[in-house]
Amino acid sequence: MVTELDIRKTIIDISFKCGEPTHIGGSLSMVELLNLLFGEVLKHRPKEPEWADRDLFILSKGHSVLCYLAVLHLYGYFDAEKLATFQTNGSDFIAHPVKKPQLGIESSNGSLGQGLSYGLGLALGMEMKNEDRRVYVMLGDGECNEGSVWEAAALAAELSSHRLCAIIDENHFRNDGSTSTYANKIKLSGIWRSFGWNVIEIDGHDRQQIRKAFASASAYREGPTAIVANTVKGRGIDFMEGNNDWHHNRITANVYKDCLRALGLEPING
Amino acid sequence: MVEINEKNARTWSRIGIRAIYGQALAAYAAENPNIIAISADLGRSSGLDRFSKEYPNQFINTGIAEQTMVGVAAGLARSGFDVFASTFAPFASMRASEQVRMNMGYMGEPVKLVALGSGFAMGYLGNSHYGLEDLAVMRAIPGLTIVSPADCAEIYKTLEACIGYPRPVYIRLTGAINCPIVYEKDYAFELGKAVWIKPASDITIVSAGTTVGHCLKAVSILEEEGHSIGLLNMHTVKPLDVEALEKVAATSSTMIVVEEHMRSGGLGSAVIEHFAGRLDVPCRLVTHGIPDHYGETGTYSYMLKISGLDAEGIADFVRHTV
Repeated sequence: MVTELDIRKTIIDISFKCGEPTHIGGSLSMVELLNLLFGEVLKHRPKEPEWADRDLFILSKGHSVLCYLAVLHLYGYFDAEKLATFQTNGSDFIAHPVKKPQLGIESSNGSLGQGLSYGLGLALGMEMKNEDRRVYVMLGDGECNEGSVWEAAALAAELSSHRLCAIIDENHFRNDGSTSTYANKIKLSGIWRSFGWNVIEIDGHDRQQIRKAFASASAYREGPTAIVANTVKGRGIDFMEGNNDWHHNRITANVYKDCLRALGLEPING
Repeated sequence: MVEINEKNARTWSRIGIRAIYGQALAAYAAENPNIIAISADLGRSSGLDRFSKEYPNQFINTGIAEQTMVGVAAGLARSGFDVFASTFAPFASMRASEQVRMNMGYMGEPVKLVALGSGFAMGYLGNSHYGLEDLAVMRAIPGLTIVSPADCAEIYKTLEACIGYPRPVYIRLTGAINCPIVYEKDYAFELGKAVWIKPASDITIVSAGTTVGHCLKAVSILEEEGHSIGLLNMHTVKPLDVEALEKVAATSSTMIVVEEHMRSGGLGSAVIEHFAGRLDVPCRLVTHGIPDHYGETGTYSYMLKISGLDAEGIADFVRHTV
Protein backbone atom coordinates (compact mmCIF):
# COMPACT_ATOMS: atom_id res chain seq x y z
CA MET A 1 0.00 0.00 0.00
CA VAL A 2 1.24 3.44 -0.90
CA THR A 3 1.12 5.84 2.03
CA GLU A 4 0.87 9.57 2.01
CA LEU A 5 4.22 9.64 3.75
CA ASP A 6 5.75 7.68 0.84
CA ILE A 7 4.36 10.23 -1.59
CA ARG A 8 5.51 13.26 0.41
CA LYS A 9 8.97 11.76 0.86
CA THR A 10 9.16 11.09 -2.89
CA ILE A 11 8.06 14.63 -3.69
CA ILE A 12 10.77 16.06 -1.46
CA ASP A 13 13.35 13.64 -2.87
CA ILE A 14 12.65 14.50 -6.50
CA SER A 15 12.62 18.18 -5.75
CA PHE A 16 15.89 18.06 -3.81
CA LYS A 17 17.68 15.84 -6.31
CA CYS A 18 16.89 18.00 -9.32
CA GLY A 19 18.51 20.96 -7.58
CA GLU A 20 16.11 23.42 -9.16
CA PRO A 21 13.12 25.34 -7.88
CA THR A 22 9.99 23.19 -8.19
CA HIS A 23 6.31 23.57 -7.38
CA ILE A 24 6.22 22.01 -3.93
CA GLY A 25 3.34 23.58 -2.01
CA GLY A 26 0.62 22.65 -4.50
CA SER A 27 2.01 19.14 -4.82
CA LEU A 28 1.90 18.54 -1.09
CA SER A 29 -1.67 19.82 -0.80
CA MET A 30 -3.11 17.15 -3.12
CA VAL A 31 -1.31 14.07 -1.79
CA GLU A 32 -4.27 12.46 -0.01
CA LEU A 33 -6.63 13.21 -2.91
CA LEU A 34 -4.38 11.65 -5.50
CA ASN A 35 -3.43 8.70 -3.35
CA LEU A 36 -7.03 7.75 -2.68
CA LEU A 37 -7.88 8.28 -6.35
CA PHE A 38 -5.10 6.05 -7.64
CA GLY A 39 -5.29 3.59 -4.77
CA GLU A 40 -9.01 3.00 -4.51
CA VAL A 41 -11.00 4.74 -7.18
CA LEU A 42 -9.32 4.92 -10.56
CA LYS A 43 -9.74 1.91 -12.82
CA HIS A 44 -6.19 1.48 -14.07
CA ARG A 45 -3.43 -1.04 -14.65
CA PRO A 46 0.03 0.42 -14.09
CA LYS A 47 1.65 -2.54 -15.84
CA GLU A 48 -0.71 -2.11 -18.77
CA PRO A 49 -0.89 1.70 -18.84
CA GLU A 50 -2.78 1.93 -22.12
CA TRP A 51 -5.45 -0.56 -21.08
CA ALA A 52 -8.47 0.46 -23.16
CA ASP A 53 -10.97 0.27 -20.29
CA ARG A 54 -9.06 2.51 -17.91
CA ASP A 55 -10.37 5.64 -16.29
CA LEU A 56 -8.48 8.81 -17.17
CA PHE A 57 -6.86 11.33 -14.89
CA ILE A 58 -5.98 14.81 -16.14
CA LEU A 59 -3.79 17.08 -14.05
CA SER A 60 -5.13 20.43 -15.16
CA LYS A 61 -3.09 22.18 -12.44
CA GLY A 62 -0.10 20.86 -14.30
CA HIS A 63 2.52 22.60 -12.21
CA SER A 64 1.79 20.14 -9.38
CA VAL A 65 3.51 17.48 -11.44
CA LEU A 66 5.75 16.36 -8.55
CA CYS A 67 2.84 14.74 -6.73
CA TYR A 68 1.60 13.19 -9.98
CA LEU A 69 4.98 11.69 -10.83
CA ALA A 70 5.48 10.47 -7.26
CA VAL A 71 2.11 8.72 -7.37
CA LEU A 72 2.69 7.22 -10.82
CA HIS A 73 6.07 5.92 -9.69
CA LEU A 74 4.84 4.51 -6.38
CA TYR A 75 1.94 2.76 -8.10
CA GLY A 76 4.35 1.11 -10.49
CA TYR A 77 4.14 3.03 -13.77
CA PHE A 78 7.91 3.49 -13.87
CA ASP A 79 10.92 2.80 -11.70
CA ALA A 80 13.06 5.05 -9.52
CA GLU A 81 15.72 5.34 -12.17
CA LYS A 82 13.22 6.75 -14.63
CA LEU A 83 11.80 9.07 -11.99
CA ALA A 84 15.30 10.35 -11.26
CA THR A 85 15.47 11.83 -14.75
CA PHE A 86 13.08 14.57 -13.56
CA GLN A 87 14.23 17.91 -14.92
CA THR A 88 17.28 16.56 -16.65
CA ASN A 89 17.82 17.54 -20.26
CA GLY A 90 15.59 15.64 -22.65
CA SER A 91 13.64 13.86 -19.90
CA ASP A 92 9.99 12.83 -20.25
CA PHE A 93 9.49 14.43 -16.86
CA ILE A 94 9.64 18.19 -16.63
CA ALA A 95 7.88 20.84 -14.56
CA HIS A 96 4.55 20.12 -16.24
CA PRO A 97 2.98 16.90 -17.52
CA VAL A 98 3.84 15.94 -21.09
CA LYS A 99 1.37 13.51 -22.60
CA LYS A 100 2.75 10.00 -22.63
CA PRO A 101 0.05 7.40 -21.96
CA GLN A 102 2.66 4.63 -21.86
CA LEU A 103 3.95 6.30 -18.68
CA GLY A 104 0.48 7.00 -17.33
CA ILE A 105 0.42 10.67 -18.35
CA GLU A 106 -2.75 11.25 -20.31
CA SER A 107 -2.36 14.87 -21.34
CA SER A 108 0.04 17.76 -21.68
CA ASN A 109 -0.70 20.56 -19.27
CA GLY A 110 0.90 23.62 -17.80
CA SER A 111 -1.29 26.23 -19.37
CA LEU A 112 -3.95 26.57 -16.70
CA GLY A 113 -7.62 26.33 -17.48
CA GLN A 114 -7.38 23.82 -20.30
CA GLY A 115 -7.79 20.44 -18.62
CA LEU A 116 -11.51 20.59 -17.96
CA SER A 117 -12.62 21.04 -21.56
CA TYR A 118 -10.26 18.30 -22.71
CA GLY A 119 -11.54 16.05 -19.93
CA LEU A 120 -15.11 16.87 -20.91
CA GLY A 121 -14.35 15.82 -24.50
CA LEU A 122 -12.93 12.54 -23.23
CA ALA A 123 -15.98 11.98 -21.03
CA LEU A 124 -18.33 12.71 -23.93
CA GLY A 125 -16.37 10.25 -26.06
CA MET A 126 -16.89 7.57 -23.41
CA GLU A 127 -20.57 8.39 -23.29
CA MET A 128 -20.96 8.21 -27.06
CA LYS A 129 -19.25 4.82 -27.06
CA ASN A 130 -21.24 3.75 -24.03
CA GLU A 131 -18.08 2.87 -22.16
CA ASP A 132 -18.11 2.33 -18.43
CA ARG A 133 -15.24 4.69 -17.73
CA ARG A 134 -14.78 8.02 -16.00
CA VAL A 135 -12.59 11.10 -16.27
CA TYR A 136 -11.11 12.85 -13.24
CA VAL A 137 -9.71 16.33 -13.69
CA MET A 138 -7.68 17.94 -10.92
CA LEU A 139 -7.79 21.74 -10.81
CA GLY A 140 -6.45 24.33 -8.42
CA ASP A 141 -8.50 27.07 -6.81
CA GLY A 142 -6.14 29.64 -8.31
CA GLU A 143 -6.65 27.99 -11.68
CA CYS A 144 -10.36 28.66 -11.32
CA ASN A 145 -9.52 32.30 -12.10
CA GLU A 146 -9.24 31.20 -15.73
CA GLY A 147 -12.41 31.95 -17.68
CA SER A 148 -11.98 28.84 -19.78
CA VAL A 149 -12.69 26.73 -16.67
CA TRP A 150 -16.17 28.21 -16.50
CA GLU A 151 -16.87 27.78 -20.19
CA ALA A 152 -16.19 24.10 -19.78
CA ALA A 153 -18.04 23.89 -16.47
CA ALA A 154 -21.16 25.39 -18.02
CA LEU A 155 -21.07 23.01 -20.97
CA ALA A 156 -20.45 19.93 -18.82
CA ALA A 157 -23.51 20.75 -16.75
CA GLU A 158 -25.59 21.49 -19.84
CA LEU A 159 -24.65 18.12 -21.30
CA SER A 160 -25.14 16.35 -17.95
CA SER A 161 -21.77 14.72 -18.34
CA HIS A 162 -21.81 12.43 -15.30
CA ARG A 163 -18.64 10.63 -16.32
CA LEU A 164 -16.75 13.81 -15.53
CA CYS A 165 -15.50 14.52 -12.04
CA ALA A 166 -13.55 17.66 -11.19
CA ILE A 167 -11.42 17.70 -8.07
CA ILE A 168 -10.60 21.18 -6.90
CA ASP A 169 -7.56 21.34 -4.67
CA GLU A 170 -8.58 24.47 -2.78
CA ASN A 171 -5.32 25.25 -1.04
CA HIS A 172 -6.10 28.97 -0.82
CA PHE A 173 -3.02 30.26 -2.61
CA ARG A 174 -1.94 31.08 -6.13
CA ASN A 175 1.48 32.27 -7.34
CA ASP A 176 1.42 35.72 -5.81
CA GLY A 177 -0.42 34.95 -2.59
CA SER A 178 -3.88 34.25 -1.30
CA THR A 179 -6.75 33.32 -3.62
CA SER A 180 -8.70 36.02 -1.86
CA THR A 181 -11.19 36.50 -4.67
CA TYR A 182 -12.72 33.19 -3.82
CA ALA A 183 -11.84 32.79 -0.18
CA ASN A 184 -13.16 36.08 1.03
CA LYS A 185 -15.76 37.20 -1.43
CA ILE A 186 -17.25 34.28 -3.29
CA LYS A 187 -17.34 30.73 -2.07
CA LEU A 188 -15.74 28.51 -4.69
CA SER A 189 -18.09 25.63 -4.00
CA GLY A 190 -21.00 28.01 -4.46
CA ILE A 191 -19.80 28.94 -7.94
CA TRP A 192 -19.53 25.31 -9.02
CA ARG A 193 -22.99 24.67 -7.59
CA SER A 194 -24.42 27.67 -9.41
CA PHE A 195 -22.96 26.28 -12.64
CA GLY A 196 -25.14 23.23 -12.16
CA TRP A 197 -22.60 20.80 -10.77
CA ASN A 198 -23.10 18.26 -8.03
CA VAL A 199 -20.78 19.74 -5.42
CA ILE A 200 -19.24 17.82 -2.56
CA GLU A 201 -17.23 19.79 -0.04
CA ILE A 202 -14.64 17.93 1.96
CA ASP A 203 -11.49 18.21 3.97
CA GLY A 204 -8.97 17.23 1.31
CA HIS A 205 -6.69 15.56 3.82
CA ASP A 206 -9.31 13.37 5.46
CA ARG A 207 -9.20 9.89 3.93
CA GLN A 208 -12.73 8.98 5.01
CA GLN A 209 -14.22 12.15 3.56
CA ILE A 210 -12.29 11.73 0.32
CA ARG A 211 -13.36 8.11 0.02
CA LYS A 212 -16.99 9.00 0.56
CA ALA A 213 -16.80 11.88 -1.91
CA PHE A 214 -15.45 9.68 -4.70
CA ALA A 215 -18.10 7.04 -4.01
CA SER A 216 -20.80 9.65 -4.08
CA ALA A 217 -19.42 11.16 -7.30
CA SER A 218 -19.40 7.75 -9.01
CA ALA A 219 -22.99 7.11 -7.96
CA TYR A 220 -24.27 10.48 -9.18
CA ARG A 221 -25.75 10.12 -12.67
CA GLU A 222 -27.50 13.45 -13.17
CA GLY A 223 -24.48 15.45 -14.19
CA PRO A 224 -20.85 16.25 -13.42
CA THR A 225 -19.52 16.28 -9.87
CA ALA A 226 -17.07 18.74 -8.38
CA ILE A 227 -15.25 17.68 -5.25
CA VAL A 228 -14.15 20.92 -3.64
CA ALA A 229 -11.41 19.86 -1.29
CA ASN A 230 -10.28 22.22 1.41
CA THR A 231 -6.54 21.67 1.69
CA VAL A 232 -3.42 23.17 3.17
CA LYS A 233 -0.74 24.26 0.77
CA GLY A 234 2.54 22.60 1.73
CA ARG A 235 0.70 20.04 3.88
CA GLY A 236 2.86 17.66 5.87
CA ILE A 237 5.97 19.81 6.18
CA ASP A 238 5.27 22.21 8.99
CA PHE A 239 7.36 25.14 7.80
CA MET A 240 5.86 24.91 4.31
CA GLU A 241 2.24 24.76 5.46
CA GLY A 242 0.38 27.89 4.43
CA ASN A 243 3.71 29.48 3.52
CA ASN A 244 3.53 30.52 -0.10
CA ASP A 245 7.30 30.92 -0.31
CA TRP A 246 7.12 27.20 -1.07
CA HIS A 247 4.80 27.64 -4.02
CA HIS A 248 7.89 27.37 -6.22
CA ASN A 249 11.22 27.07 -4.52
CA ARG A 250 14.44 25.11 -4.29
CA ILE A 251 15.14 22.59 -1.59
CA THR A 252 18.74 22.97 -0.44
CA ALA A 253 20.63 20.29 1.51
CA ASN A 254 19.75 21.95 4.80
CA VAL A 255 16.11 22.37 3.86
CA TYR A 256 16.04 18.74 2.76
CA LYS A 257 17.12 17.65 6.24
CA ASP A 258 14.45 19.88 7.76
CA CYS A 259 11.88 18.32 5.46
CA LEU A 260 12.82 14.82 6.54
CA ARG A 261 12.58 15.83 10.19
CA ALA A 262 9.20 17.43 9.55
CA LEU A 263 8.03 14.18 7.99
CA GLY A 264 9.28 12.29 11.03
CA LEU A 265 12.10 10.72 9.06
CA GLU A 266 15.60 11.18 10.39
CA PRO A 267 18.09 12.35 7.77
CA ILE A 268 20.30 9.45 6.78
CA ASN A 269 23.53 11.32 7.53
CA GLY A 270 22.34 13.06 10.66
CA MET B 1 -18.44 11.88 -52.62
CA VAL B 2 -21.04 13.67 -54.71
CA GLU B 3 -20.31 14.29 -58.36
CA ILE B 4 -18.44 17.41 -59.35
CA ASN B 5 -20.03 18.72 -62.52
CA GLU B 6 -21.01 22.02 -64.03
CA LYS B 7 -24.55 21.93 -62.68
CA ASN B 8 -23.56 21.01 -59.13
CA ALA B 9 -20.76 23.57 -59.14
CA ARG B 10 -23.22 26.33 -60.09
CA THR B 11 -25.72 25.23 -57.45
CA TRP B 12 -23.04 25.03 -54.77
CA SER B 13 -21.70 28.44 -55.64
CA ARG B 14 -25.18 29.91 -55.20
CA ILE B 15 -25.60 28.15 -51.85
CA GLY B 16 -22.25 29.52 -50.74
CA ILE B 17 -19.15 28.35 -48.95
CA ARG B 18 -20.37 28.22 -45.37
CA ALA B 19 -23.62 26.43 -46.11
CA ILE B 20 -21.80 23.99 -48.36
CA TYR B 21 -19.50 23.16 -45.49
CA GLY B 22 -22.47 21.98 -43.41
CA GLN B 23 -24.07 20.27 -46.38
CA ALA B 24 -20.89 18.41 -47.28
CA LEU B 25 -20.24 17.33 -43.72
CA ALA B 26 -23.82 16.05 -43.42
CA ALA B 27 -23.36 14.07 -46.63
CA TYR B 28 -20.31 12.34 -45.19
CA ALA B 29 -21.93 11.88 -41.77
CA ALA B 30 -24.80 10.04 -43.47
CA GLU B 31 -22.40 7.22 -44.23
CA ASN B 32 -20.07 7.62 -41.28
CA PRO B 33 -21.33 7.65 -37.69
CA ASN B 34 -17.81 8.39 -36.49
CA ILE B 35 -18.08 11.98 -37.68
CA ILE B 36 -18.90 14.57 -35.04
CA ALA B 37 -19.64 18.22 -35.78
CA ILE B 38 -19.03 20.76 -33.04
CA SER B 39 -20.03 24.36 -33.29
CA ALA B 40 -19.56 27.30 -30.95
CA ASP B 41 -23.14 28.44 -31.51
CA LEU B 42 -22.73 29.07 -35.22
CA GLY B 43 -24.47 25.98 -36.54
CA ARG B 44 -27.06 28.05 -38.37
CA SER B 45 -24.32 30.17 -39.93
CA SER B 46 -22.51 27.18 -41.32
CA GLY B 47 -25.16 24.93 -42.77
CA LEU B 48 -25.04 22.68 -39.74
CA ASP B 49 -28.67 23.18 -38.73
CA ARG B 50 -29.72 20.31 -40.97
CA PHE B 51 -26.82 18.25 -39.70
CA SER B 52 -27.89 18.86 -36.10
CA LYS B 53 -31.45 17.77 -36.84
CA GLU B 54 -30.58 14.69 -38.86
CA TYR B 55 -27.67 13.52 -36.72
CA PRO B 56 -28.37 14.91 -33.25
CA ASN B 57 -26.12 12.31 -31.64
CA GLN B 58 -23.23 13.49 -33.77
CA PHE B 59 -23.62 17.18 -33.09
CA ILE B 60 -22.57 19.35 -30.14
CA ASN B 61 -23.18 23.05 -29.68
CA THR B 62 -20.70 24.25 -27.07
CA GLY B 63 -22.36 27.62 -26.81
CA ILE B 64 -20.33 30.74 -27.43
CA ALA B 65 -17.23 29.17 -25.98
CA GLU B 66 -14.53 28.66 -28.57
CA GLN B 67 -11.80 27.65 -26.13
CA THR B 68 -13.99 24.92 -24.77
CA MET B 69 -15.00 23.93 -28.29
CA VAL B 70 -11.37 23.19 -29.13
CA GLY B 71 -10.73 21.41 -25.82
CA VAL B 72 -13.82 19.23 -26.15
CA ALA B 73 -13.01 18.54 -29.79
CA ALA B 74 -9.54 17.40 -28.74
CA GLY B 75 -10.90 15.03 -26.11
CA LEU B 76 -13.31 13.54 -28.63
CA ALA B 77 -10.64 13.28 -31.32
CA ARG B 78 -8.40 11.51 -28.80
CA SER B 79 -11.27 9.08 -28.29
CA GLY B 80 -11.15 8.14 -31.96
CA PHE B 81 -13.87 10.29 -33.49
CA ASP B 82 -13.54 12.35 -36.67
CA VAL B 83 -14.22 15.72 -35.11
CA PHE B 84 -14.96 18.83 -37.16
CA ALA B 85 -15.17 21.91 -34.94
CA SER B 86 -16.21 25.17 -36.52
CA THR B 87 -16.59 28.82 -35.74
CA PHE B 88 -15.65 32.09 -37.40
CA ALA B 89 -11.98 32.34 -38.32
CA PRO B 90 -10.75 34.89 -35.76
CA PHE B 91 -12.41 33.01 -32.91
CA ALA B 92 -11.07 29.64 -34.05
CA SER B 93 -7.55 30.85 -34.64
CA MET B 94 -7.12 33.62 -32.10
CA ARG B 95 -9.66 33.37 -29.27
CA ALA B 96 -8.82 29.70 -28.98
CA SER B 97 -5.26 29.81 -30.26
CA GLU B 98 -3.70 28.57 -27.06
CA GLN B 99 -6.12 25.67 -26.92
CA VAL B 100 -5.15 24.92 -30.52
CA ARG B 101 -1.50 25.10 -29.53
CA MET B 102 -1.80 22.78 -26.51
CA ASN B 103 -4.35 20.32 -27.83
CA MET B 104 -3.75 20.15 -31.55
CA GLY B 105 -0.12 21.25 -31.72
CA TYR B 106 1.58 20.03 -28.56
CA MET B 107 -0.55 16.94 -27.98
CA GLY B 108 -1.27 16.40 -31.66
CA GLU B 109 -4.95 15.56 -31.17
CA PRO B 110 -6.34 15.21 -34.69
CA VAL B 111 -9.10 17.82 -34.51
CA LYS B 112 -10.29 19.30 -37.78
CA LEU B 113 -10.78 22.96 -36.93
CA VAL B 114 -12.90 24.74 -39.50
CA ALA B 115 -12.52 28.51 -39.76
CA LEU B 116 -15.69 29.96 -41.25
CA GLY B 117 -15.90 33.25 -43.08
CA SER B 118 -12.19 33.86 -43.19
CA GLY B 119 -10.64 36.69 -45.14
CA PHE B 120 -13.18 39.45 -45.78
CA ALA B 121 -16.10 37.04 -46.18
CA MET B 122 -18.04 38.46 -43.24
CA GLY B 123 -18.50 41.76 -45.09
CA TYR B 124 -20.34 44.34 -42.98
CA LEU B 125 -19.68 42.40 -39.76
CA GLY B 126 -16.32 44.09 -39.99
CA ASN B 127 -12.79 43.61 -38.79
CA SER B 128 -13.87 41.89 -35.56
CA HIS B 129 -15.13 39.04 -37.74
CA TYR B 130 -12.55 39.06 -40.54
CA GLY B 131 -9.90 36.40 -40.73
CA LEU B 132 -6.90 38.35 -41.93
CA GLU B 133 -4.27 37.07 -39.52
CA ASP B 134 -5.39 33.50 -38.93
CA LEU B 135 -2.82 31.88 -41.20
CA ALA B 136 -0.01 33.72 -39.44
CA VAL B 137 -1.14 32.42 -36.05
CA MET B 138 -1.93 28.88 -37.15
CA ARG B 139 1.16 28.50 -39.34
CA ALA B 140 3.37 29.17 -36.34
CA ILE B 141 1.99 26.16 -34.47
CA PRO B 142 3.98 23.02 -35.25
CA GLY B 143 2.13 19.92 -36.38
CA LEU B 144 -0.89 21.55 -37.99
CA THR B 145 -1.84 20.88 -41.56
CA ILE B 146 -3.49 23.99 -43.01
CA VAL B 147 -5.86 23.79 -45.94
CA SER B 148 -7.77 26.52 -47.72
CA PRO B 149 -10.19 25.15 -50.32
CA ALA B 150 -10.56 27.05 -53.58
CA ASP B 151 -14.28 26.49 -54.05
CA CYS B 152 -17.24 24.42 -52.94
CA ALA B 153 -16.11 21.32 -54.79
CA GLU B 154 -12.80 21.55 -53.02
CA ILE B 155 -14.60 21.75 -49.67
CA TYR B 156 -16.03 18.31 -50.43
CA LYS B 157 -12.56 17.13 -51.40
CA THR B 158 -10.96 18.61 -48.29
CA LEU B 159 -13.47 17.12 -45.88
CA GLU B 160 -13.20 13.74 -47.57
CA ALA B 161 -9.41 13.86 -47.23
CA CYS B 162 -9.67 14.88 -43.58
CA ILE B 163 -11.93 12.02 -42.53
CA GLY B 164 -9.67 9.44 -40.97
CA TYR B 165 -6.64 11.69 -41.38
CA PRO B 166 -4.69 11.12 -38.16
CA ARG B 167 -3.30 14.63 -37.74
CA PRO B 168 -4.80 17.99 -36.76
CA VAL B 169 -5.95 20.24 -39.57
CA TYR B 170 -6.94 23.90 -39.75
CA ILE B 171 -9.42 24.34 -42.60
CA ARG B 172 -9.65 27.95 -43.67
CA LEU B 173 -12.84 28.80 -45.53
CA THR B 174 -12.81 32.07 -47.40
CA GLY B 175 -15.57 33.04 -49.80
CA ALA B 176 -19.30 33.49 -49.44
CA ILE B 177 -22.28 33.00 -51.72
CA ASN B 178 -21.71 33.18 -55.48
CA CYS B 179 -18.06 32.43 -55.01
CA PRO B 180 -16.12 31.89 -58.22
CA ILE B 181 -16.16 28.33 -59.53
CA VAL B 182 -12.77 26.73 -60.06
CA TYR B 183 -13.74 23.09 -60.54
CA GLU B 184 -16.55 21.87 -62.78
CA LYS B 185 -15.33 18.33 -63.06
CA ASP B 186 -13.64 15.82 -60.85
CA TYR B 187 -9.90 16.08 -60.25
CA ALA B 188 -7.23 14.51 -58.09
CA PHE B 189 -7.00 16.07 -54.64
CA GLU B 190 -4.43 15.18 -52.05
CA LEU B 191 -3.48 17.07 -48.90
CA GLY B 192 -0.10 18.71 -49.42
CA LYS B 193 -0.22 18.42 -53.20
CA ALA B 194 -0.94 21.65 -55.06
CA VAL B 195 -3.13 21.57 -58.15
CA TRP B 196 -2.19 23.22 -61.44
CA ILE B 197 -5.07 25.27 -62.81
CA LYS B 198 -2.91 26.73 -65.59
CA PRO B 199 0.54 25.32 -66.28
CA ALA B 200 3.55 27.28 -65.08
CA SER B 201 4.45 30.07 -67.45
CA ASP B 202 6.74 33.09 -67.55
CA ILE B 203 4.49 34.63 -64.95
CA THR B 204 2.89 32.24 -62.48
CA ILE B 205 0.38 33.04 -59.77
CA VAL B 206 0.34 30.96 -56.61
CA SER B 207 -2.79 31.29 -54.50
CA ALA B 208 -5.08 29.52 -52.05
CA GLY B 209 -8.69 29.69 -50.93
CA THR B 210 -11.40 31.30 -52.99
CA THR B 211 -8.81 33.83 -54.15
CA VAL B 212 -7.82 31.12 -56.63
CA GLY B 213 -11.14 31.65 -58.42
CA HIS B 214 -10.57 35.40 -58.63
CA CYS B 215 -7.07 34.71 -59.91
CA LEU B 216 -8.52 32.40 -62.55
CA LYS B 217 -10.76 35.21 -63.78
CA ALA B 218 -7.80 37.58 -63.74
CA VAL B 219 -5.81 35.11 -65.82
CA SER B 220 -8.63 35.04 -68.41
CA ILE B 221 -8.56 38.84 -68.62
CA LEU B 222 -4.79 38.85 -69.02
CA GLU B 223 -4.84 36.03 -71.57
CA GLU B 224 -7.14 38.14 -73.73
CA GLU B 225 -4.47 40.82 -73.56
CA GLY B 226 -1.91 38.35 -74.82
CA HIS B 227 -0.24 37.34 -71.56
CA SER B 228 0.47 33.77 -70.69
CA ILE B 229 -0.03 33.22 -66.97
CA GLY B 230 0.35 30.09 -64.90
CA LEU B 231 -1.89 29.45 -61.87
CA LEU B 232 -1.20 27.10 -59.01
CA ASN B 233 -3.81 26.25 -56.39
CA MET B 234 -1.75 25.82 -53.22
CA HIS B 235 -4.76 24.58 -51.27
CA THR B 236 -2.51 23.17 -48.58
CA VAL B 237 -0.74 26.16 -47.09
CA LYS B 238 1.13 23.94 -44.66
CA PRO B 239 3.04 21.87 -45.49
CA LEU B 240 3.69 23.64 -48.78
CA ASP B 241 4.00 21.58 -51.92
CA VAL B 242 7.64 22.52 -52.41
CA GLU B 243 7.96 20.42 -55.51
CA ALA B 244 5.33 22.53 -57.23
CA LEU B 245 6.99 25.72 -55.96
CA GLU B 246 10.34 24.59 -57.33
CA LYS B 247 8.65 23.99 -60.65
CA VAL B 248 7.38 27.58 -60.62
CA ALA B 249 10.81 28.89 -59.69
CA ALA B 250 12.43 26.88 -62.46
CA THR B 251 9.90 27.87 -65.12
CA SER B 252 8.85 31.42 -64.39
CA SER B 253 10.66 34.73 -64.32
CA THR B 254 8.06 36.07 -61.88
CA MET B 255 6.10 34.26 -59.20
CA ILE B 256 3.21 36.21 -57.72
CA VAL B 257 1.59 34.99 -54.52
CA VAL B 258 -1.93 36.33 -54.15
CA GLU B 259 -3.86 35.90 -50.92
CA GLU B 260 -6.81 37.21 -48.94
CA HIS B 261 -4.75 37.59 -45.78
CA MET B 262 -2.34 40.08 -44.28
CA ARG B 263 0.86 40.10 -46.31
CA SER B 264 2.54 39.21 -43.06
CA GLY B 265 2.47 35.59 -42.05
CA GLY B 266 0.29 34.06 -44.75
CA LEU B 267 0.93 32.05 -47.89
CA GLY B 268 3.28 34.71 -49.29
CA SER B 269 5.40 34.55 -46.15
CA ALA B 270 5.41 30.77 -46.31
CA VAL B 271 6.68 30.84 -49.89
CA ILE B 272 9.32 33.44 -48.99
CA GLU B 273 10.43 31.25 -46.07
CA HIS B 274 10.84 28.34 -48.44
CA PHE B 275 13.14 30.26 -50.75
CA ALA B 276 14.94 32.31 -48.08
CA GLY B 277 18.69 32.27 -48.37
CA ARG B 278 18.72 30.57 -51.74
CA LEU B 279 21.06 31.97 -54.39
CA ASP B 280 19.97 29.57 -57.11
CA VAL B 281 16.49 30.99 -57.68
CA PRO B 282 16.44 33.31 -60.68
CA CYS B 283 12.68 33.78 -60.32
CA ARG B 284 11.43 37.09 -58.90
CA LEU B 285 9.01 36.63 -56.01
CA VAL B 286 6.22 39.13 -55.38
CA THR B 287 3.43 38.92 -52.83
CA HIS B 288 0.01 40.54 -53.01
CA GLY B 289 -2.15 40.58 -49.91
CA ILE B 290 -3.66 42.93 -47.39
CA PRO B 291 -1.55 45.83 -46.09
CA ASP B 292 -0.72 46.09 -42.42
CA HIS B 293 -3.71 48.00 -41.06
CA TYR B 294 -7.38 47.60 -40.18
CA GLY B 295 -9.20 49.46 -42.87
CA GLU B 296 -12.75 50.40 -43.68
CA THR B 297 -15.61 47.93 -43.89
CA GLY B 298 -18.07 47.09 -46.65
CA THR B 299 -19.62 44.23 -48.57
CA TYR B 300 -17.41 41.28 -49.40
CA SER B 301 -17.11 42.28 -53.04
CA TYR B 302 -16.32 45.87 -52.04
CA MET B 303 -13.61 44.70 -49.65
CA LEU B 304 -12.04 42.53 -52.35
CA LYS B 305 -12.23 45.40 -54.80
CA ILE B 306 -10.57 48.02 -52.58
CA SER B 307 -7.92 45.50 -51.63
CA GLY B 308 -7.15 44.68 -55.23
CA LEU B 309 -8.17 41.08 -54.65
CA ASP B 310 -11.03 40.77 -57.12
CA ALA B 311 -10.30 39.69 -60.69
CA GLU B 312 -9.72 43.24 -61.95
CA GLY B 313 -7.52 44.11 -59.00
CA ILE B 314 -5.42 41.00 -59.39
CA ALA B 315 -5.08 41.59 -63.13
CA ASP B 316 -3.97 45.16 -62.39
CA PHE B 317 -1.43 43.94 -59.88
CA VAL B 318 0.01 41.50 -62.41
CA ARG B 319 0.17 44.21 -65.08
CA HIS B 320 2.01 46.58 -62.75
CA THR B 321 4.36 43.84 -61.58
CA VAL B 322 5.43 42.87 -65.06
